[in-house]
Amino acid sequence: MSDLWDGLSQAWILLWTLDADLVEITARSLQVTLTALAIASAIALPLGAFLAVRRFRMRRLTIAVLNALMGLPPVVVGLVVYVLLSRAGPFGVLGLLFTPTAMIIAQVIIIVPLIASIAHQALRELWSDYHDLLISLNTSHVQRMSALLWDGRRALLTASLAGFGRAIGEVGAIMIVGGNIDHHTRVLTTAIALETGKGDFALALALGFILIGLAIAVNLAIHWLTRTEQEGRW
Amino acid sequence: MKTFFVAVAAVAAMSAVAWAEDMKMAVTTSFHNSGLSDILLPAIQEDLGLEVQLLVVGTGQALRLGEAGDVDAILVHSKKAEERFLAAGHGTHRLEIMYNDFVFIGPKADTASVADSANAAQALQQIASTESVFVSRGDDSGTHKKELSLWASAGLDPQSLGDWYRAVGAGMGAALNTASGMDAYIISDRASWLNFGNKGELALLYSGDPVLFNQYAYIPVNPDKHRHVKNDLAMKLENWLVSDRAKDLINTYKINGETLFVFNAK
Repeated sequence: MSDLWDGLSQAWILLWTLDADLVEITARSLQVTLTALAIASAIALPLGAFLAVRRFRMRRLTIAVLNALMGLPPVVVGLVVYVLLSRAGPFGVLGLLFTPTAMIIAQVIIIVPLIASIAHQALRELWSDYHDLLISLNTSHVQRMSALLWDGRRALLTASLAGFGRAIGEVGAIMIVGGNIDHHTRVLTTAIALETGKGDFALALALGFILIGLAIAVNLAIHWLTRTEQEGRW
Repeated sequence: MKTFFVAVAAVAAMSAVAWAEDMKMAVTTSFHNSGLSDILLPAIQEDLGLEVQLLVVGTGQALRLGEAGDVDAILVHSKKAEERFLAAGHGTHRLEIMYNDFVFIGPKADTASVADSANAAQALQQIASTESVFVSRGDDSGTHKKELSLWASAGLDPQSLGDWYRAVGAGMGAALNTASGMDAYIISDRASWLNFGNKGELALLYSGDPVLFNQYAYIPVNPDKHRHVKNDLAMKLENWLVSDRAKDLINTYKINGETLFVFNAK
């Protein structure tokens, strides 16, 4: 129990003094995860809308696979990305292994199925409301998808935030592809794993509390930002 | 999809220009946990203007990283595995830098009376005969390999030991945490033990047998196998590691007044 209190007080000290290492790894955590989130949302949200609007042969299978991939173990993703990016692997010439880019790639792969599945679920409901209207207006597929994406943006925000939550707290994959290099690829979660390994539970817990605080802050910020511009529409 | 590639390329370009002279070196957890790297790396940066990026992994994984050409050099401690690595042509040569030693850690009550044993083999036999809980790294690391060779020299086969032999498959720190939670015996390198924060009811019980010495060696990855490997920087680092400055820093590094490493590069 005393470790918990030590952790809490140490978290306050680190925050109060704006510890240089803490600021650096927190900034890197945010940089990696927000970049991954932006890329993943750009892929997954249109994909979710596409699955809601279009009917094609393998649709049911695609959705089932996507849902199953939500539970993809990060360690496996990390290992696959590692093998692909390793110098001995097919993309080795790019020299991306053990860089923040490699961590972003791994996180994108982990959260795309999650965001796409939730987005599809939300947009499917909306599509059943809009179906007759949009078809009678003789809209193109792209117009239908963009109408769904725009009008469903609140629900899609939840999908993206779920992706953010999974990515910011992820450690298995980025440990393998990032390597937890000090001042280079160390982020909050890998630092927590490192400090736990050293038996310094108080510092590990302090970093954990900061990670939780960060996740809450980002969620609050996004909700606040979106509330300002949604007046009038559902 | 297009935005994805553009974004990936942009981020890749950003991370590529950020570092001028840097190299990657895979080191063992025991070396990093000792805290010595926090002394050596800034000195290297200062003297050579070279940023050494450490990948802290087990010896098994370090050798794999070198084999794949994902690092420029490795610093590990498992002579047999290193010699196989060299024989396969993955490294240019092997240079012994320094050594520290392994120690027996166990519960303060010492039910197996390891503290009174004459040598390492006897200590293990006592743990086995009293069936005291023993935590093994079980992760193919240098420390794990050492432990297996010690069991062999004690005439015991870890495969056939009972339920009290627990292979956790984790790094030194995580294994020590497990041992601390179970009040178990464990073999650790001295540096990791001294720097470890969660000692609980554990204490250092036995050390000093010459078979427990732990030789660290530096191996630059073979540039003939991987053209992108920064062999010039690896050689620059090697020259620094055998210099008097490195010797001084290594020999005078202490935790709680105890010397950890002995420099022995020739």
